[in-house]
Amino acid sequence: MAEREERRFAQVSRESVTLMAESAGVELGEEIAAVLAEDVCYRLREAAQSSSQFMKHAKRKKLTVEDFNRALRWSNVEAICGYGAQDTLPFRSVKEGELFFVEDREINLIELALATNIPKGCAETMVRVNVAYLDGKGNMELQGAVPAAVQSLSDDLLKYYQQITRAILGDDPHLMKVALLDLQSNSKIAALLPYFVYVISGVKSVSHDLEQLNRLLHMVRSLVQNPYLYLGSYVRSLVSSVMYCILEPLAASINPLNDHWTLRDYAALLLSNIFWTHGDLVSGLYHQILLSLQKVLSDPVRPLCSHYGAVVGLHALGWKAVEKVLFPHLPAYWANLQAVLDDYSVSNAQVKADGHKVYGAILVAVERLLKMKALSLSHPGEWCVNAQTGSLAAAVGYRSPGLSPPPESLSEAAFGIASHLQAGSGGCPWEEWAPVSLPAMYLELYSFFGDSLAVRFSTGPGLDSYPYCPSTLLREPKKEALGQGSNSDTARKMPQLTANLSISPRRDGSPRTDPPPPSLAAAGPGRSLARSSSAQRSRYSSSRSGQRLTGLPRDVFPKARFSSPQNGPPTFTFVIGGRQMGQRCQGRRPFQTVFAPTPPPSAVPPRAYAHKLPVIGRVGKPVRRWTCSHYSLLLPL
Amino acid sequence: MAAVQGGMVDEKEEVDIKTEPQSDGFVNTNATDGRQLSPSPGSSSSAGSSKTAAGAPEDQQTLLAVLQFLRKNKLTESVEILRREAGLPEDALDSKGVDCGAPGSGGSAGGVDGLDAGSLLSRVTVSSSAGTPAPTKAVADDQPDVSVVLSAYSQQGDPALYKVYYSDLKKFIESVLDCHRAELSQVFYPLFVHMYLELVYNNHESEAKAFFQKFSGDQECYYEDDLRVLSSLTKKEHMRGNETLLDFRTSKFVLRISRDSYQLLKRHLQERQNNQIWNIIQEHLYIDIFDGMPRSKSQIDAMSGSLAGEAKREANKAKVYYGLLKEPEIELPLDDEDEEAENEEGKPKKKKPKKDSMGSKSKKQDPNAPSQNRIPLPELKDSDKLDKIMYMKEATKRIRLGPENLPSICFYTFLNAYQGLTAVDFTDDSSLIAGGFADSTVRVWSVTPKKLRKVKSAADLNLIDKESDDVLERIMDEKTASESKVLYGHSGPVYGISFSPDRNYLLSSSEDGTVRLWSLLTFTCLVGYKGHNYPVWDTQFSPYGYYFVSGGHDRVARLWATDHYQPLRIFAGHLADVTCTRFHPNSNYVATGSSDRTIRLWDVLTGNCVRIFTGHKGPIHTLAFSPNGKFLASGATDGRVLLWDIGHGLMVSELKGHTDTIYALRFSRDGEILASGSMDNTVRLWNAAKAFDDLETDDFTAATGHIHLQDNSPELLLGTYMSKSTPVIHLHFTRRNLLLAAGSYAA
Repeated sequence: MAEREERRFAQVSRESVTLMAESAGVELGEEIAAVLAEDVCYRLREAAQSSSQFMKHAKRKKLTVEDFNRALRWSNVEAICGYGAQDTLPFRSVKEGELFFVEDREINLIELALATNIPKGCAETMVRVNVAYLDGKGNMELQGAVPAAVQSLSDDLLKYYQQITRAILGDDPHLMKVALLDLQSNSKIAALLPYFVYVISGVKSVSHDLEQLNRLLHMVRSLVQNPYLYLGSYVRSLVSSVMYCILEPLAASINPLNDHWTLRDYAALLLSNIFWTHGDLVSGLYHQILLSLQKVLSDPVRPLCSHYGAVVGLHALGWKAVEKVLFPHLPAYWANLQAVLDDYSVSNAQVKADGHKVYGAILVAVERLLKMKALSLSHPGEWCVNAQTGSLAAAVGYRSPGLSPPPESLSEAAFGIASHLQAGSGGCPWEEWAPVSLPAMYLELYSFFGDSLAVRFSTGPGLDSYPYCPSTLLREPKKEALGQGSNSDTARKMPQLTANLSISPRRDGSPRTDPPPPSLAAAGPGRSLARSSSAQRSRYSSSRSGQRLTGLPRDVFPKARFSSPQNGPPTFTFVIGGRQMGQRCQGRRPFQTVFAPTPPPSAVPPRAYAHKLPVIGRVGKPVRRWTCSHYSLLLPL
Repeated sequence: MAAVQGGMVDEKEEVDIKTEPQSDGFVNTNATDGRQLSPSPGSSSSAGSSKTAAGAPEDQQTLLAVLQFLRKNKLTESVEILRREAGLPEDALDSKGVDCGAPGSGGSAGGVDGLDAGSLLSRVTVSSSAGTPAPTKAVADDQPDVSVVLSAYSQQGDPALYKVYYSDLKKFIESVLDCHRAELSQVFYPLFVHMYLELVYNNHESEAKAFFQKFSGDQECYYEDDLRVLSSLTKKEHMRGNETLLDFRTSKFVLRISRDSYQLLKRHLQERQNNQIWNIIQEHLYIDIFDGMPRSKSQIDAMSGSLAGEAKREANKAKVYYGLLKEPEIELPLDDEDEEAENEEGKPKKKKPKKDSMGSKSKKQDPNAPSQNRIPLPELKDSDKLDKIMYMKEATKRIRLGPENLPSICFYTFLNAYQGLTAVDFTDDSSLIAGGFADSTVRVWSVTPKKLRKVKSAADLNLIDKESDDVLERIMDEKTASESKVLYGHSGPVYGISFSPDRNYLLSSSEDGTVRLWSLLTFTCLVGYKGHNYPVWDTQFSPYGYYFVSGGHDRVARLWATDHYQPLRIFAGHLADVTCTRFHPNSNYVATGSSDRTIRLWDVLTGNCVRIFTGHKGPIHTLAFSPNGKFLASGATDGRVLLWDIGHGLMVSELKGHTDTIYALRFSRDGEILASGSMDNTVRLWNAAKAFDDLETDDFTAATGHIHLQDNSPELLLGTYMSKSTPVIHLHFTRRNLLLAAGSYAA
């Protein structure tokens, strides 16, 4: 019976009772001790029993000393003091006596009282709310940095993931380098790719921290360069993360001391890297990238750093991209930039500095465009390779050039070659149009950049090919191209067509013969709008320059360049205007070629600029401005 | 802890009123006498009913015993009155009275009884010094006069034969037809307990232990807790003061057995001359005999488990007005508001018909609703009306929940509470949250950006222009604005907490035996309601304010009004602690859950217990009424949620899934979904609408009182939502049906 009891409950032995009695100075008989022991056990159990209800009502799972003391108090028994600590008390054993006891050290009260390291009080109790489940479904994002799915990975991988992310995003540069190197060469991390991509997609949340952005970009590079990884559709996600770094007005850019320019350069390089090495994984990627770059470029609301990003991005994608997107866009954009650069107010200083950055980037891009174009013209069969090597540098060194470019760009390249070699074979309008425009392009570009372009260009390899370009190539190819280009344009670029049509009533007096004007395909409606709106600007600016011809010393490049071709009398402005009206028509180019030292068609700000004028505080002629606004009112159609 | 059985105000009056006026000379005995009649609600209520019909033989015996007692004390008038009321013939008293009275009046109290009488005295003094309103019921069996009738274990057979008796019965029951076996098996547990206690009481310790060891394994697993208590009890001295024991000795264990099964049992016992068992059945068991099919094992299991067996059928027969009260007419301000809204938003017409339908709905009187003024309710203040309007507006934006449209859950985690969070409540409009803590504090947080502000001091208030429109804004002291306020006053853990509907008051109940009323305008304590004298486990405001209910360790629930320092009603009847209290939406009823594993529904007007629900296998820790007032949900330590139909007094569904104590239950605003929160760190959502719709109400009209539950918990479970490591101790649906859960992070 006793054994059963022992199994069931803890028991106080009669020896303990006798011992306690002796310590209190009472002699107990065996029998009494036994009875007492049993009673003590029962009372203990009773107290434990009733103490458990305090635990239950406190909604706890752990019985505390306090609960027990409460039970004792309610049954009129003195509470036991001194055991209120939340931690478990360690039992110590004494071997000789087979005794277990709780250690009770002496405490030096003086020391305690005079101690200087006063422990902090507990943090204040507070309530936090979070949406745990939305519409009965789990929350998408947990608070932690680790996505929930990571937890389903094997322990090793999880550890690797954590170590790597920690190392890369951590403070130790050496550790980061090691981690990045490993990421570049590890062949067993395919399972982790989604999570790394997820981490990289975090660029959006750290746009204030250049350092972190850099690290994430490094991570992208490592992943891209890892030969064992098949990026698959994750390319898209990586590209969008990189594009974010290139194009977004990062929070870090607010502080001019932050060198976000380098970040954008680096990201652009990375973009081309991804594109050339993995671009074939996602169809249409090239076009998507170009489109988004173009969108940024054509959006005057975007800050200059975004434009800068777009330019370097285009540049990094190769001269064809520059030719397709940047060049046709230049006239429109130029005016915007011009406005910024021409503003000398103190408040504009920072923006102006940014403007110069953009200017420089454009210059670099355009220069290579010309060089490569000239090169491709002089060595038609090689341009493709050239373009590739030019834009890629060593990044694709280990890949065969023929394989690496994405299919669509390859096909375009083929078309380009074909059209170039056998003019008039039809196909992509960009390609057909391109060769024609080299001289014109140069002229146009020259009109923007003036000598700064020429000087730099003259040092380039395409120097010798250039001079005869205008004269030799101008005539025949251009005409064919125009005819073909116009056809394909009407067929393919509907929005552009409508834009032109809407403008056309304004051009009644222009010597236009073909209804659909050929255009720079990639420019789309934006360009045509800009062009036509630039008509007013040209009038205005030329007239202005006419006024100012007296020779206000201009220390910035554009002015100097503008003034030089416009040295003619003020009346000339009208002629320019008229020509601008018809610029989209066939009459334009012959006209331009005839008068070789053309006044710049580029001195033509778009509507946005025209609107900006009064704000910037230029002296404008009210009447002219009125015509401007009159024009601009109709343009959005 | 002296067990206290609060005066059974409602139930003992039949007899008590007659005896007490004349009992001055016999304070002690008479006081206990009154209690003797009250210990089990069953016996007293049957005494009450016996005035119409002579009732069951036991009841008559009781009456006779009482008469005998009265006569012995020469209270002849009382004898006459009682006899007349009970409709007993003169000779019946005489003839039977002799039988009954003989052993008692012979003064054969015996050494045992004398001893207990002494201890009784001490107990009474102890408990009265503790200030309890009623002395203990522990002594019921110790009075010589009625000992034969009402108690207990003094009569004894040969202790060695107990085992034989029990195993003989066991053999018999195992041999009967299957259909009867389940029913008759119910007898085992109470028999076992009472035989064991008889052995212990008569100092046959070793026999008792042997008996326990032999048969304890046969008992249903859900009695495990009680058995553990029993097993620790091996001495007669220990029986005194043991609450579980007191429950057993003083209340009759109720069994429901079909007539056939009962006849079978009776015949067997009579054949065997097994008087020992027959006596126990006669004295300690109440067998509720019904005509019809014997019940199946699962049917019995569903209803058993409580400390005192099932509820008697007649206990749930009373009419309950479970309908909702008619909403007060506050059309006019509503119109203004709506028109304004229409003008602003420019979407006219749409709201008009809606509002009308709402109005007409409230005009229609629910046939099951109590009359509007059955309970006097406080009049609506202007601010209440505004709040009602707000409520209606919010209600129109309410998300209709359903199995396909589950609510979003917001979790309010209490940080740095160090396991000290003991109670949580939200205001109805979810603008405030309050927490009760083990360190005796009550903390109130504002959940909205609106901060908590005190009213200015009296001196400052004098300076205010009382005519201004924004006087209510002006009285607030901007300097005191803060996100949370701490209320100090209790001297023990705060176990229950409840906001008043108008958000001006907060109630808290604590281990220190008091319920405190706090003002949320001044953030001070206004009243401390003393009465329970033992830990108060729960308290709740009436949905209409003014009244509140509290329940505690003293086994009673009390109804209070905020402006009375003494309770208006005392609801006594539970055999163990009242662990949770809840008001019916119409404020006419109060539901209490108890450690005795029963739920009782009390009529606020009369104080009567109108429903007893048995079926839980562990202490009940939470209750929730459905918004339409028809159903009640209960959650217990056994991890099950039970749904009850109040009108019919029957269990309608059993929701199994939780693995630990359920501390929170809440119906969504439209009653479609039931949310339960538990110690197992989960919130579960149940398809309440389906559970209620599936009911075949026709079955109820048969009035057999038997339920047949199919186990459809998996179908009804709509979702299980884990928290990280946070037990869910409170749930709340906002007016738009967003589910808020609260708990403290257990690191």
